[in-house]
Amino acid sequence: MTQPLTLYEKIWNAHVVHQDAGGPAILYIDRHLIHEVTSPQAFSGLKQRGFPVRRPDLTTATEDHSIPTTDRSLPVADEQARNQLETLASNCREHGIALYDVASGHQGIVHVIGPELGLTQPGMTIVCGDSHTSTHGAFGALAFGIGTSEVELVMASQCLLQSPSKTMEVRVEGELKPGVTAKDVILYIISRLGIGGATGHVIEYTGSAIRSLSMEGRMTLCNMSIEAGARAGMVAPDKVTFDYLRGKPFSPQGEAFEAACARWRELKSDEGARFDAQLLLQAEDIEPMVTYGTNPGMAMKISERLPMPETAPTPQEKAELEDALGYMNLSGGQPIAGTAIDYVFIGSCTNARIEDLRAAADILRNRRVADHIKALVVPGSAEVKHQAETEGLAEIFVASGCEWREPGCSMCIAMNGDFVPPGKACASTSNRNFKGRQGKGSRTFLVSPAMAAAAAVTGYLTDVRTLEEAR
Amino acid sequence: MEPFVKLASTAVPFYKDDVDTDQIIPARFLKGTTKAGLAEKMFYDWRYDEQGNLLPDSPFNAEKHRGSRILVSGNNFGCGSSREHAPWSLTDYGFKAIIAGSFADIFYNNALKNFLLPVALPIPVVQALIRRVEADPSLPIEIDLPAQQVTLPGQGVYSFEINPFRKKCLLEGLDDIAYVMSYLPKIEAFEAARE
Ligand code: SF4
Repeated sequence: MTQPLTLYEKIWNAHVVHQDAGGPAILYIDRHLIHEVTSPQAFSGLKQRGFPVRRPDLTTATEDHSIPTTDRSLPVADEQARNQLETLASNCREHGIALYDVASGHQGIVHVIGPELGLTQPGMTIVCGDSHTSTHGAFGALAFGIGTSEVELVMASQCLLQSPSKTMEVRVEGELKPGVTAKDVILYIISRLGIGGATGHVIEYTGSAIRSLSMEGRMTLCNMSIEAGARAGMVAPDKVTFDYLRGKPFSPQGEAFEAACARWRELKSDEGARFDAQLLLQAEDIEPMVTYGTNPGMAMKISERLPMPETAPTPQEKAELEDALGYMNLSGGQPIAGTAIDYVFIGSCTNARIEDLRAAADILRNRRVADHIKALVVPGSAEVKHQAETEGLAEIFVASGCEWREPGCSMCIAMNGDFVPPGKACASTSNRNFKGRQGKGSRTFLVSPAMAAAAAVTGYLTDVRTLEEAR
Repeated sequence: MEPFVKLASTAVPFYKDDVDTDQIIPARFLKGTTKAGLAEKMFYDWRYDEQGNLLPDSPFNAEKHRGSRILVSGNNFGCGSSREHAPWSLTDYGFKAIIAGSFADIFYNNALKNFLLPVALPIPVVQALIRRVEADPSLPIEIDLPAQQVTLPGQGVYSFEINPFRKKCLLEGLDDIAYVMSYLPKIEAFEAARE
C-alpha cells in the first residue's frame, strides 16, 4: 500500500518541477494574482533583467489597496495612489495581463474576485504578494502570500523556490451555536494557537463544524490562517465547493466541469495521513468573539471579562497585556461588552462577501446606527456591490445610517484615505488589530459582520444574540 | 547582490515579541512604486511624534546606536503583512542582520532575499543580549555565516540554523531568479506534460 498523504502533500507533490538534493523545490504556480502595492518593484526588476512575464495568461491583476471607495467618476486625488494605479495599468498593458479595473465591472479585493471569477480552483497552487492569499485555500488549493522578490520570480518563471511546510490539522467537531459565524470560529482558533502558534505550518481545517460552513465561511476561516502564523490554510473540496464553482466564468464548463469534479474529489487527506501537529476543538465551546488587544490572538468571548495583567503567568506577558490594554484604553477585569466605540467598518477580504453583508443587514434592518457612530460598509467587489443593491441590502445600510461605498480594501489597511482617527475605537470585520493598522493611533476590535452591525446600532460592543432575541 | 559572509557590528536593542510589519513600516507609506526613501519611514510610529518630529530617545534615532548594523528583538519578529517594504526599509536604514527569538515565515524569506540575515537564538540568550546592549551600546557582536555562529563577547558563542541553499545564496551573492531560470527547459517540460 502507498503511504497515506495529507491534502497538502498531494498538491505539493503534483507541483514539484525539480528539486536538488538538500535544496528547496522549484514549485510550479498555477495562478498568480497581483495588485498595485506589491507589484511595481517586481515589474521594474523584471525589466532590468530584460525578462517578459512568462505566463501572462496565468496572471490576473486588480486594484484594491490604494483605490478610493468614494465616487469613481472622479480622478484619484492622492497623487501617489494615482501613480500606483496607473503604473499597474501600464504594466498590465505592456505584458498582456488581464486587469480587473473599475471599468471592467469586476474590480474588487484580490481575494474576493479570484474565487468569484472561478480563477481559484481545487488542487491549484495560487500565490499573490499579499499575506491573505491563504483565503483561496478554502477551495482545497495551496495558496499563500509572497514577497515582491518572489512576485518577480513568479513573473519570470511561473515558479517559486520553496521548502515544504509542516502540517497541522485543526479539527472542529459538533454544531455551531446560533449567532456563531466562521469569523468567530477563526478568532477562537487563533486565540488558542496564539499568533505564532502555527508558524511554519500549513493548516488543514477538518471536522463536522468546518464541513457545515458555506464556501464564503470557509474563505473567512482560511483568510485568517496567517494570523496564527500559518503559511496557508485549507479545506478539502466537497459538494459545497463544486456547487459554488459551477458556472463561474473561469471554471471548466459543461462536461469538463464534471470531469474536474471527479479529479477534485480525490483531493483530501488520506485515512491515516500524518500531521505534524493537531488541535481538536468543540464547536459548542465557541461564542461570538471579539479581540481586545493589539494582535489577533488577543481575542475573547463577548460574554467574558478582560484578562487582568496581575494574573499573567510571566512578567513579560504582564507587560505586554498592560501595554495592549493601555493602548486600547481598557482596564483588566471589566466586561468587554459595553465598551464604547466610534467607528464601524464592515468590509475587507475577510468579511465583505454577499453573505457577510446579508448578516450585517439582518441586524440593521429597521434599526438606526447610533448617533455618534460613523459606519462604513465597503463591499469586497463590484459584483458583491451589485448583488447587494439588487437584493435591497444597500438600501438597508443607507436607511440605517451607514455609508455605502465602492469596493476596495479601505479601512482595513487605511491606505486609500479611509481611516480611523487617532484614539478612536472601531468595531471592524477585518483581520488585523495591530497598533495603527486602521490609521495612526486607531484602536481596533475585530468582530464578525453581525457583531459589527450590533455595535453600530448600540454604539458599544454588544453580544449580537441579545439583538437577535429582541426581534 | 553583494555576498554576506561575516559581520561585526554593534546592535540596536528593540525588545518586543510579535513585532508586525505594520510597525516596521506602516501601510500609509506603501504608496510608492520604487524602493527609494524607505529608511526614513522604518518604524515610523516609534521614531516620530504626532507632529512628525524625530523622537531622540527612540533606539532607532539615539546617537549611541548610530551606525549599528544589527537589530535585536523578541519572538515572532515580522509577523503580519507580507510587504517586502519591511526588509527594504530595514536594509535601507543600514541593517544587515536581525537577531531575534524567532521569525514569522514570510518575513524570514523576504529578509533572506534582500541579504538581510535573520538569526534565531534561544530567547534567554536574546534577553541577556538586550540587557547587555542597553548597558553598553558599544558592545561588538560578530556573526560568522560560514560557521553559523554568533559571538557575543563575555556571553558566549552560539550556533544558529540556516537552510544550506539559502546560506550558499548569501555567501555567493546568488539570486533565486537566475537559479530557477537555469531550469527553464524542465519547467517547459513540466508544462507540456500537464497539457
Ligand atoms: S482587505 Fe485588508 S487584508 Fe485583505 S487584501 Fe485588502 S488590505 Fe489586505
